[in-house]
Amino acid sequence: MPIHRREMLAGIGGGATIGLAGCTSSSDGGDDDEPEISGETITLTTTTSTYDTGLIDELNAPFEDRYGVTVDTVSQGTGAALETGRSGDSDVVMVHARSLEDEFIEDGYGVNRRDVMFNDFVVVGTSDDPAGITGGNDVEAALTTIAEKGATFVSRGDDSGTHAKELELWDAAGVGEFGEWYREAGQGMSEVIMQVGQTGDYTLADRGSFLSMQSEIDLDIHVEGPIEGGPELLANPYGIVAVNPAVHDGVEYDLSMAYIGYLTGPEGREIIEEYTLEGEQLFFPEAISEEPNFQQYVPEDWAPSEADD
Amino acid sequence: MPLELATVSPLFAEFPFEWNYIRSIVRVSLYVSLVAVALSTLFSLPIALLIGFKEFRGKTLLTSIINTGMGFPSVVVGLIVLFAVSGQGPLGSLDLVFTPEAMILSQFVLATPVITGVSLAAVSSVEQNVRDAAYAMGGTRFDVALVTIKEARYGIATALLAGFGRAISEVGSVLIVGGNIAGADGESYTRTLTTAIQLEARQGRFETAMILGAILVVLVLLVNAIVVRLGSGNGGYR
Repeated sequence: MPIHRREMLAGIGGGATIGLAGCTSSSDGGDDDEPEISGETITLTTTTSTYDTGLIDELNAPFEDRYGVTVDTVSQGTGAALETGRSGDSDVVMVHARSLEDEFIEDGYGVNRRDVMFNDFVVVGTSDDPAGITGGNDVEAALTTIAEKGATFVSRGDDSGTHAKELELWDAAGVGEFGEWYREAGQGMSEVIMQVGQTGDYTLADRGSFLSMQSEIDLDIHVEGPIEGGPELLANPYGIVAVNPAVHDGVEYDLSMAYIGYLTGPEGREIIEEYTLEGEQLFFPEAISEEPNFQQYVPEDWAPSEADD
Repeated sequence: MPLELATVSPLFAEFPFEWNYIRSIVRVSLYVSLVAVALSTLFSLPIALLIGFKEFRGKTLLTSIINTGMGFPSVVVGLIVLFAVSGQGPLGSLDLVFTPEAMILSQFVLATPVITGVSLAAVSSVEQNVRDAAYAMGGTRFDVALVTIKEARYGIATALLAGFGRAISEVGSVLIVGGNIAGADGESYTRTLTTAIQLEARQGRFETAMILGAILVVLVLLVNAIVVRLGSGNGGYR
């Protein structure tokens, strides 16, 4: 008799478990009910370049499995992504414009910045190369030529990391006058690449975005970045930074740090390293290093004050 | 469960536009727009009836303000709603930013002038003598309102459709307040048909964008057909 009862209880228990399992998976695609933090969500604002290449999804899936934390990824330009962090609407920000990241940290909105990975920028354009900039990989000379010949250059014009880099390059090339040949699209990387494919001549793109779209358009790389032997000036480093919980007490600081730890740890490195598109590696992890790299934690021009002894 | 996920996720990586992706996008789109239109109807219809029945100073002005609201740019609504729900905004404590509920809020704001305006026109066109007759037959104000709604039901159905059309086809505001979020497994959280089309187009995947566009058009047609059917089916209009 007691055996019967036990079986029945087991049956009920099993039923309840199945019912629960159904519940959790249908409600939020949730996870096992073991970890206490299961069901939490962090919001990551990041750039269109990391999102559109598909890398973020690849990174997030194992993190979500392991921690039971959902990562809501919002892809914006670097400026907008940091601005969202400033207003406390995201918990962690991954972008690629060091000067803007530094400002973010200096203003107290971000803490614990880490270098994550890098790729590089390339100057891409139509295959007929109307300004004749191919060869040499001298980006400053190439930009000067584009300006002199008045070949159409489509700029992101959206305060993104790529836009910031582009302005820096024009500055380095000594081009201060922008005529009709210079067009501000105000859109994401992929849109600008599409635009160049249809109506423009040249643009500055990050290699990842360009490779991920290469099959859709007829454009070539005219100036290579440092990955393929181009100038160091075209390096494109990505950093990740948590939103300061002292400024916005609503942010999920601990989970963000877990995410940063995951991205800059061995598992993150492996996924970044192995992520390829069309057979080419898009991003190069640089978080794990035996050499100390103190500069990644502080603004680039930061130095300890004289109070230090 | 982990085993199951492990076998499924590479599949998604290879076909990012799995059935699951499209289905969840359609579900989010419908959920957000239908809830927004339902809430907006509950809000707009009494207002339309009130304005329609009452004569007061400034009625024409109020009507034209509502009609102007019909053309209110959706990105502006998105911006305003973003400021409202953002961490520092008045609704910041509700933690609504980048959620479907924030999208419902912005679509509510967009659909309400449309539903109010079109229903108001429908209600106003119900002849005074119909209302008088209902009143004369001993109807309460509530009964008169019901009779008016019944008489104006085609117009009101049109109002709902117009509101729904405005809500589901809108990109600007849901992109700003929703953030166009889909999970790593392709499950949409705040990605709607319109924002997905925008994303696919920006990545040059025009085929997927076209498929999603076709689904959107079919959905709108279906909802139209259902509403028209319901409108002509019940009540036995003579």
